[in-house]
Amino acid sequence: MSTQVTEAVIDPVDVLTSLDLLESEAIHIIREVVAEFERPALLFSGGKDSVLMLHLATKAFWPGKVPFPVLHVDTGHNFPEVIEFRDRTVERLGLRLEVGSVQEFIDRGELAERADGTRNPLQTVPLLDAISRNKFDAVFGGGRRDEDKARAKERILSLRDEFGQWDPRNQRPELWNLYNGRHTVGQHVRAFPISNWTELDVWRYIAREGIELPPLYYAHEREVFARDGMWRAVGEVSQPLPDEEVVIKQVRYRTVGDMSCTGAVVSNATTVHDVVREVAASTLTERGATRADDRISEAAMEDRKKDGYF
Amino acid sequence: MSIIEAPLAQLTLFRFATAGSVDDGKSTLVGRLLHDSKAILADTLDAVTRTSERRGFGGENGSTQKIDLALLTDGLRAEREQGITIDVAYRYFSTDRRSFILADTPGHVQYTKNTVTGASTADAVVVLVDARKGVLEQTRRHLSVLRLLRVPNVVVAVNKIDLVDFSESTFRAIEADAQAVAGEIGLSDVLVVPVSALEGDNVVERSAHTPWYTGATLLEILETLPTTDELERGLEPFRFPVQLVIRPQGALAPELSSAFDAGASFRDYRAYAGQVASGSVSVGDEITVLPSGRKASVVGIDFAGRALDRAVAPQSVSLRLSEEIDIARGDVIAATGTFGEVKQDLYAELCWLSAKPLREGAKVLIKHGSKTVQGLVRAVTGKLDLETFGYGAVSGLELNDIGTAQIRLSSALPIETYALHRRTGAFLVVDPQDGNTLAAGLVKDHPGDHEDERYVI
Repeated sequence: MSTQVTEAVIDPVDVLTSLDLLESEAIHIIREVVAEFERPALLFSGGKDSVLMLHLATKAFWPGKVPFPVLHVDTGHNFPEVIEFRDRTVERLGLRLEVGSVQEFIDRGELAERADGTRNPLQTVPLLDAISRNKFDAVFGGGRRDEDKARAKERILSLRDEFGQWDPRNQRPELWNLYNGRHTVGQHVRAFPISNWTELDVWRYIAREGIELPPLYYAHEREVFARDGMWRAVGEVSQPLPDEEVVIKQVRYRTVGDMSCTGAVVSNATTVHDVVREVAASTLTERGATRADDRISEAAMEDRKKDGYF
Repeated sequence: MSIIEAPLAQLTLFRFATAGSVDDGKSTLVGRLLHDSKAILADTLDAVTRTSERRGFGGENGSTQKIDLALLTDGLRAEREQGITIDVAYRYFSTDRRSFILADTPGHVQYTKNTVTGASTADAVVVLVDARKGVLEQTRRHLSVLRLLRVPNVVVAVNKIDLVDFSESTFRAIEADAQAVAGEIGLSDVLVVPVSALEGDNVVERSAHTPWYTGATLLEILETLPTTDELERGLEPFRFPVQLVIRPQGALAPELSSAFDAGASFRDYRAYAGQVASGSVSVGDEITVLPSGRKASVVGIDFAGRALDRAVAPQSVSLRLSEEIDIARGDVIAATGTFGEVKQDLYAELCWLSAKPLREGAKVLIKHGSKTVQGLVRAVTGKLDLETFGYGAVSGLELNDIGTAQIRLSSALPIETYALHRRTGAFLVVDPQDGNTLAAGLVKDHPGDHEDERYVI
């Protein structure tokens, strides 16, 4: 009986952990955007940050269904497991999926394949095309400020002009929890509800909520070859050169993007709790470890964002 | 320190900002905090080390520092090129006690804009003072802004203490000055710490060079200060701006509509979604809807399928009420008997953040909670002198000015005094033409003697 007395004094609901607070902030932002914009959409690649975003959206509108479509900018260089996961998730939640295809733009001659073969930077044009074609006025992204130095300067609601451009030197101040999403015709807003989450927060939350992810986030055996100090998967668009030896390794992915430039890390983390421990102990950032495109220059992300990238 | 195992689940969140004048070493201090709390991962550190070497960074005064810690936070190309911080940067690190969100605010251009922005969400602000220069007019202005915004905790870091040979008498003199200014302005409980951001003294690790300083290190202070919500919880009455009405009818989440009989039980579901702005709410509480004044009681607090008995600020939840009353986005649900009158005349402090100046007679938009209404600026009644904390006569406000104004609203709002309610006393002033944010507004008590009937809507 004495334990009941203790419980009455210290109400557990009053102890909000950092995850509770980050979740509450994200849900508040998602609801604000849905209330204030006509046609929002959520960028959904099947990657963990976008899966997390969709999970938060289902919580924000329970018991209603998520009141906006999802948009995937498809590089054509996908891991098949991720596309399967994307389609299954969209089906399960009864959502409409819009796809902007890099391949179609290349086939029409409106985009040129890069010399290095990576297609991540090519996503901007199909993204902006899908936004204007669908008249989306707000686009949710899973971008986080801890990912990159340029992203650290991003607002939660980020205004984009007619060309989708980000002007980092002329951003609206963001005060209290009052988000100003006013925009004029042709402009749109990118909304980043999980701006304040770190990679570790994301993984701890995925563990806490039991959120399903594409299987390649967990350690599995895969044929890989070494390039630029990263393990690349052998796949349709990612073939080893003659001098690159293919080996079988136990690996997992920390990000899942364009297969041709996303590297795997050697890992024994087969469960979400293993991953939380591994991320907490990691000495490399997720982009530094696994994204060839962000190694190009100190300002690679800033330059892409100014042009309208995610 | 283990950031891996179970206690992590109990980590709390603490938001703080930095403020200071140019060259006080803010970015270096932030870099030092991140570096010494092991928040910088190897690849980032490698990149910064390479850049530092390329630029011949050798530290100040023959210091052995190999890296320019400021490069850890200056995120834009122009910032790195010019060696200055242009925009607020957000940084993240944790210890085994807390997760930190840090707003690193620039000191030179538009310092009011950046300080107001950083301070609006901060549980604490660290104000930097150069030990060689002491408390400057700008320090005084920073402290005044923090007082105005009711930042709950203010810490003054006396930086570059190594450059005054770790002199206790220099530190004590600056400490006394800072406390005197804080006292004049009305800031209480200001902590003053001697640090060297460049060398690391008293930032994370206690310094061997300052045996005369017996207080906590900067990080220890940040780990133990109370958060805004901890301080205000229980003091402030329940306020809940309604963001939207959740009434799924035919559009139920698929897993619910397919579950046995669930579709039927949710057919008449109607709840009001929002974030608790202040205080707490429990099932059974009597509430009043503002501005309509209609009353009901709370019959359910829902969060994503979980029924809660109670919710506290700043939780995002949905409330179900006993009566079917007309409630829309922008209304505020308040604990019955805790609210005075809704007001159509607003008297407020405006922190003017736009290059477009404010003139009397301007038509603006006022965003308060989840509601946006039109406003007419009837009079600009004074400009705050941050050095004397007094008001001078003025008829308009320019970028970075802080002043008082009288605004007539197109409809009545449940506004409250910022001095009593930080979240419900704050609003944005928005330009109806281009949509830009013009000012941060803090509601003041109406003085009565500023009535001006020249403008009538």
